[in-house]
Amino acid sequence: MTCEECGKNPATVRFEQVVNGKRTVMNLCAECAQKKGVLSVLFQPTFSINSLLSALLGSQMKGLPAASPGEEEKRCRICGMSYRDFARAGRLGCSRCYETFEDRLDPLLRRIHGSGRHIGKAPVKAGGAARTRRELEELRRQLAAAVAEEAYEKAAELRDKIKALESTLGREEE
Amino acid sequence: MRREEGLLENIVRRSSSPWMDGSGTMSDVVISSRVRLARNLRDVEFPHRMDEKAAKAVFDKVKNAVLDVNARKAVPELTCIDLEDVSPLDRQVLVEKHLMSPQHAQPLPGRGLVTRPDERVSIMVNEEDHLRIQCLYSGLELDEAYITANGMDDLLDERLDFAYDDRTGFLTACPTNVGTGLRASVMVHLPALAIGDEVSRVLSAVNKMGLVVRGLYGEGTEGQGNVYQVSNQITLGQSEKEILENLSLIAKQVVAEEKRYRETLMKNRRSALEDRIFRAWGILTNARSMSSEEAVRLWSDVRLGVELGLIDGPDVTHINEILVIAQPNFVMRSHGRTMSSEERDIARAELLRRHLASMKS
Repeated sequence: MTCEECGKNPATVRFEQVVNGKRTVMNLCAECAQKKGVLSVLFQPTFSINSLLSALLGSQMKGLPAASPGEEEKRCRICGMSYRDFARAGRLGCSRCYETFEDRLDPLLRRIHGSGRHIGKAPVKAGGAARTRRELEELRRQLAAAVAEEAYEKAAELRDKIKALESTLGREEE
Repeated sequence: MRREEGLLENIVRRSSSPWMDGSGTMSDVVISSRVRLARNLRDVEFPHRMDEKAAKAVFDKVKNAVLDVNARKAVPELTCIDLEDVSPLDRQVLVEKHLMSPQHAQPLPGRGLVTRPDERVSIMVNEEDHLRIQCLYSGLELDEAYITANGMDDLLDERLDFAYDDRTGFLTACPTNVGTGLRASVMVHLPALAIGDEVSRVLSAVNKMGLVVRGLYGEGTEGQGNVYQVSNQITLGQSEKEILENLSLIAKQVVAEEKRYRETLMKNRRSALEDRIFRAWGILTNARSMSSEEAVRLWSDVRLGVELGLIDGPDVTHINEILVIAQPNFVMRSHGRTMSSEERDIARAELLRRHLASMKS
């Protein structure tokens, strides 16, 4: 959505005006809104997922003792980001940060997603075993659902599939 | 003309896209389905931390992977567009056509867009994540969109080293996307619920199911044209299948409710409804100056009229194109220059008259 006035910059301000009972709405960029003397420019959309996350993390940081002098703050060895940097930005520095800050990210992920464990797709490169394990997890869930629904024929079918996969997995991991 | 320029020219000049051709399931209410996968390269800084050199290196890697995919002819040919070579106006049109996000239109080095002539696949390079693979289909076709996105993901995964962890899944710049990296969304048109003043009731119920509701162009555009995008919020701890099924199930409920209101309106308020729809049609086909907001508002009534069979003649594709023609940058692009908002309103009205003249009812 771009500014309806200049058509160049992205619109960040919703400008509502009531003249003689007639309401008009325009989406403007900060610049054009300022030209129109819109006060609401004062309230720029700082309200993003990253700012919310950052607030959530800020409260988490308060409970932690500040790094004592001489003690090095833990930093990601790939991108050099500290957890404090993450708390400020609301975004991690690189994929390695997930490993570096695992202890602190874990409770955060559970807070956001209600779970800390991936059960979806695994890339081909993650290797045969990882993919098989995923598939097994999915089948076990389907089996539980089938049993709950008393769909025993389907459950038996699923059980066979699971057995077959378990033996493949056994061979792969040997 | 280079191939990238040819493709880009075709996309930004055309108001139609295959994803709005009115095909697919429940397309009388569901305009489109979108699936987006967030992927990153292992041990490379995320875009918000990258300098120019690193960003360009990522784009080069993606370009090479795409060339290799093309060489295998497994999918329709993809084209890599370096957004630095694209004018600001054209970048905005790409946003208006939903091929990329508003954030991605900001000119940063190393930003790219990979797409193909049917516009069904678009990959944003170096947006918030290194890759955002997006697939768009007309109607409620989440499975179809996921199959395409997943296939594209597999092809790229073979050629790039994606950041993945067995426990946390695909690793993303923002922890809200981690796991599947999957954001699925359906764009629904709810004019009858809007007339019945029931949109907020329905959408707050949708919210309670853990889904997010946004407007036509994301946050802050709620209510425009009575178009809403409903998408999943959680990406970790649910499988792709569950996420898609859950969204699809709830979308179907919303569709059913909208249809119930459409039927009620037809039964009890037909003449008032017809009057409203034909007034909108009259203005859209005759006005000499029209704002973007008004065009989108009238589009909503006219689309309802076409779907209910009240307006005879125009097909849904043509009607859906109004949504693109209504947008400010598309208008300016078709005139090849920037314009004041007054000039634009006049040009828009003219474009709309010409667009609709061929199929007056």
